[in-house]
Amino acid sequence: MSAGAPRGLASSGQKPIGEILHPLCLPSVYQLFVGLCGHTGLTLCPSQEAVLTNGTPVETSSPASASSLFNRLQLDDDLEADGRDPYASTEAHDLFVTVDDPKKHVSTMETYITYRVSTKTTRIEFDLPEYCVRRRYQDFDWLRIKLEDSQPTHLIPPLPEKFVMKGVVDRFSEDFVETRMKALDKFLKRVADHPVLSFNPHLNAFLSAKDLNKRQGLALLTKVGESVKHVAGGYKLKVRPAEFCAMGEYLDTFSQKLGTIDRIAQRILFLQSEYLTEVREYSSVYSSWAGSEEELQRPLEGVSCTVSKSCQALEDLSENMGQDFLPVLREYVLYVESMKNVLRKRDQSQAEYEGRLEAAVLRRQEDKSPVEKCQDRVECFNADLKADWERWQSNKRQDFKQLLTGVADKNIHYFETCQAAWESFITVLQDKQTEDRTGETN
Amino acid sequence: MMADSDSADVALIGNTDLTSSESENNIVNTMVEKGTALLRKIEINVPEAEKRTGKNTVNMQETYTAYLIETRPAESLPEGSVPATPDSLWRRYSEFELLRMYLLVTYPYIIIPPLPEKRAEFVWHKLSADNLDPDFVERRRVGLENFLLRVASHPVLSTDKIFYRFLTEEKKWKDEVLETGFQDKADSRLKSLSAMYRVKNPDKKFTALKLYSDELSAAISQLLRVRARVADRLYGVYKVHGNYGRVFSEWSAIEKEMGDGLQSAGHHMDTYAASIDDILEEEEHYADQLKEYLFYTDAVRSVCRKHELIQYELETAAQDLVSKKQQKEELTTGTVRIFSLKGMTSKIFGQESQEQRESRLAALEQSIQEGEEALKEKNKECQEFLQTAWEDIERFKEQKDRDLRDALINYAIMQITMCKKGIQVWSNAKECFNKM
Repeated sequence: MSAGAPRGLASSGQKPIGEILHPLCLPSVYQLFVGLCGHTGLTLCPSQEAVLTNGTPVETSSPASASSLFNRLQLDDDLEADGRDPYASTEAHDLFVTVDDPKKHVSTMETYITYRVSTKTTRIEFDLPEYCVRRRYQDFDWLRIKLEDSQPTHLIPPLPEKFVMKGVVDRFSEDFVETRMKALDKFLKRVADHPVLSFNPHLNAFLSAKDLNKRQGLALLTKVGESVKHVAGGYKLKVRPAEFCAMGEYLDTFSQKLGTIDRIAQRILFLQSEYLTEVREYSSVYSSWAGSEEELQRPLEGVSCTVSKSCQALEDLSENMGQDFLPVLREYVLYVESMKNVLRKRDQSQAEYEGRLEAAVLRRQEDKSPVEKCQDRVECFNADLKADWERWQSNKRQDFKQLLTGVADKNIHYFETCQAAWESFITVLQDKQTEDRTGETN
Repeated sequence: MMADSDSADVALIGNTDLTSSESENNIVNTMVEKGTALLRKIEINVPEAEKRTGKNTVNMQETYTAYLIETRPAESLPEGSVPATPDSLWRRYSEFELLRMYLLVTYPYIIIPPLPEKRAEFVWHKLSADNLDPDFVERRRVGLENFLLRVASHPVLSTDKIFYRFLTEEKKWKDEVLETGFQDKADSRLKSLSAMYRVKNPDKKFTALKLYSDELSAAISQLLRVRARVADRLYGVYKVHGNYGRVFSEWSAIEKEMGDGLQSAGHHMDTYAASIDDILEEEEHYADQLKEYLFYTDAVRSVCRKHELIQYELETAAQDLVSKKQQKEELTTGTVRIFSLKGMTSKIFGQESQEQRESRLAALEQSIQEGEEALKEKNKECQEFLQTAWEDIERFKEQKDRDLRDALINYAIMQITMCKKGIQVWSNAKECFNKM
């Protein structure tokens, strides 16, 4: 992995610890939002924490983590000297999450599914070493939005699709629930493995709180995100750094290829189901022929039976592909979409900085610090993005290696099952014949 | 291959690695080794097919295929000696049809082996139904060789002189076969086959046989139809996998570490897609084995019909004799029990004279004697037919059970080969994925 060190720290120079902004905090990014959206009613507090107009603080870092932050900073400085990726080495595997045990809840208002979210951790940010809570899809959605808004410079893993057409897809079928649950599990694991996201207090709440007190700020925050887009549209980007151009191009081509693979896989499933229809009839024709034969009855029944077994094996293969392969492909398409979003936000933040810079030059402003702060933000964003990109690439490679190897394995298993069935057919037939022959000679 | 008569079965025990062509050879070897005098003397092959153009009966240019028939002495030669050049001649399909028609007419109590199909039936989309298509010609060549071997290995048919001449005399054979006059019998046979008549006491065994041959015919037809549809669908599944090859290749272009693995895996997907062509080509041989028995059912039905005809003729002859005897009785006793024109006219025109009566009686006596002779003949014919036909039917049943069992095992072997290929390709692809 390449070293994607957050350069934000270096540009701050040597400062006392209290003034060093840890990447986790990024209140400066909120200042960016605030500055742009003054008209929406967000105000900036004198302390470095931004609050929403309704008085609820926008959470940044939890107070208890000051010492751990210090440790991380120290470690980062050391490792920068080594040139290794600080993200990788500070990843202690000390937070384990699992999503399982789906259950249906029926209330007067609605029916929905909840999942058990189990946590095991040694982190001090958590009060207990173990948690077990029940969450529904809405709660995961809430978490994701919270993460997106509180960590806009990071790539947030995607959730499985939110909306399913009622009447077309059975939201309560075993297969649908199973597939969705696996995707939710993967989402949570990816967040828990992320060196920055896993420390997010929203995640903490999600994993530990008895009841998630989902704020009304939900809708407001999304609105904030949108209006940023509108306003920032006024600033034109001068030059997008080549690496981010390359990322954008890669993502476009990649999602295109994923789409093609999805279509091919679906076509194969369709053709396989047509094939299965014919093969089932094929098996029964052998069986009915056997009815009018004597000596040939056994071999014919044997063929009929073996063809049926192959049928079953292919049904299993198709089911697997539908449940394991296609959902992961689609998940990556969603991932790519959310990544493109982050790239756009990065562009916006760069555009904003350049706009400010221009304005400052024109007005011959003396105080360069707001512009410098903007520049810091951009550099921070770029650094976070680059680090996350490398991480994402590496994970993607692992995921697809596993996925495609799985496909190969399932196909191999299918052929092995069929081969065994046919070999057993021949053996049984030959054994019967030797039996008959020894019977005749006796 | 072991040389004893059960080689077709014994060779397969414990050896599931047998290829399908080896299994087919087993069937041929069984035919050869069951042994007829003819096959002890000569070896028969149809090694080649050739496109020809020539003038047909209405003097028009036509393209047809000619097949080379080779015969050579069957005895093993002493070491070091040069094998004699085989006798060979060329025949076209219509000549085979002529031979078969001759056999059908000459041996109505024998189940005559069928020819390979005239036009391609039960095709799935890829196979062309064109008679000049090389794959079709090749399979027909194999079918014609099979036909000749079937005839040559039959205890009765192999002794036929016309058949021998078919194998050895290219030009004069046609005249010779026509000189036998079989074509007249052919016409009356056709008439009898299409005639509707009712047999009063149908033979139970033949009735059962006819029913069975109808069932077999229906079963195999349906099987061939469904098999063709299955082949068509499977073709589609395999070919679409080839699209993976292309997309993996395109994808690999934007990847760094993953690129090589993806690219190579794509190649394996192409191989997988291409493999279906050979697989389905092989399966056509299996279909041909089934088709042979489908056409055999026609020959079986033909024998049943012939028996029905003989039975009918026997019943008619018996009935005829009974009525003549009754007439005689009436004439002698003077009672009219059955309606007869003579009886009526004598009532209307008066009794006939004693002389007339006596001459009529004498004629009747003669007729009755002839009738009894005819009945005896018919009975004998019927008995002989029954005996020879059932001998052949039993022989056919055993052959059918053996051959179809081998064909099914052959099919299983083909499926195993297909599975092995599949495992190979996907294992290769897996290795490439692992290297990603």
